[in-house]
Formats: sequence, C-alpha cells, structure tokens
Amino acid sequence: MDQKKSCGCACGGTVSLLLPCSGAADTGEIADRAARKFAEGGCAAMFCLAGIGANISGFIASAKGADRLLVVDGCNLDCAKKTLAEKGITENIIHVRVTDLGIVKGKSPATAERVDAVVAELGKKLTASL
Amino acid sequence: MLIQILGTGCPKCHKLEENARQAATEMNLDFQIEKVKELQQIMAFGVMITPALVVDGVVKVAGKVPGVEDIKKMLAK
Repeated sequence: MDQKKSCGCACGGTVSLLLPCSGAADTGEIADRAARKFAEGGCAAMFCLAGIGANISGFIASAKGADRLLVVDGCNLDCAKKTLAEKGITENIIHVRVTDLGIVKGKSPATAERVDAVVAELGKKLTASL
Repeated sequence: MLIQILGTGCPKCHKLEENARQAATEMNLDFQIEKVKELQQIMAFGVMITPALVVDGVVKVAGKVPGVEDIKKMLAK
C-alpha cells in the first residue's frame, strides 16, 4: 500500500492530516499541489475533504481524532475550513490561505514557485504549533 | 448490534475492545464484536486513524479510546 494513503495508529506519535480545498480556480490547484508536496515530506498525510462533506462517518471521526489538521484554502471563501466547521470540527486547525501569500486568484497559474511558497508556509505554521 | 473494532492490534485497540465489551455487557445489549485488522478494510470505512469504534456500520470515534461511560452513550444512539 502507498504510504501516503495508509492509516496511522494513535499508539505511535502524532497524526497530522492535510485538507486542501482543491478548488477549481488556480489558487485551489495550488492548494492541492502544495498539500500533496508537503505530504511527501512525511510530516502529514493527505485526507479527503470531500468525504467529510459527504457526511461519511469514518472521515469525520478521523478528522476529529487527528492531533492536527492542516487546512489549505485557495482563497478567502475558506471552503475547506467552513466544510469542517459544518461538521463541528473547529479545533486543532492550522489554516493556510493561498491568497494571503500575495497570490492572486484567477491570475496565478500553479507554478512550482507558487506551490513551494505555500509548502513553506505550511512548514512554518506547523513548526510554530509544535 | 454489530460492534467493530478497527485497528491492527495495538494496545489501544485492545483497550477499546475491552471498554466496548464492558459497555455493551453492562447495557445488556444483544451484540457481537468483530475485529477488523486489514488496512484496506479499515480504510473502506474512511478511517485514517486507529483504533476506531464502529457501531452498526457507523464510525463513532477514531484515534481515541473513550471510557466505558462514553461508549455507552455511543451505543445508546
């Protein structure tokens, strides 16, 4: 099984999950690609925001049981963060918004440089939370 | 009532099973407990963190081991 898709046991260490909005806009794409790149580092695992929106109990329980949720929204609509809030998930959230980094929605193709900027911000905020 | 314990067999999995069994017994429920250890089966529930407690197909908690009294509330719903 792919390591990034495996589940984590609460007996060992902390569990951090990545939830990008993965929206249709360029900033949504940047959010998604940055989250996947960050996951490759092994500090957190990709997780399914859609599963939470679909009200699947396993996804909701897992999000509530994680030590940290790294939520990446592309713009100030904050769809990912609000989707979690709709299910009562408001704690242990580290929130990164792509447009807060000077990346303009609709005018910013998902280049490696922009993706890396979001990855760096994720790392910075995660480190600050430790 | 079908109670499933999702987990690969770690100490927390065993504790969750023990608590769930005690809760269901004290409530005089007609139940059976099933352990699910295969990762693919666990992930089919959408669960990414173990242990997890599933009651009649609904995941009640993941990544935590609730006490007996808390589990009783989950079984009562």
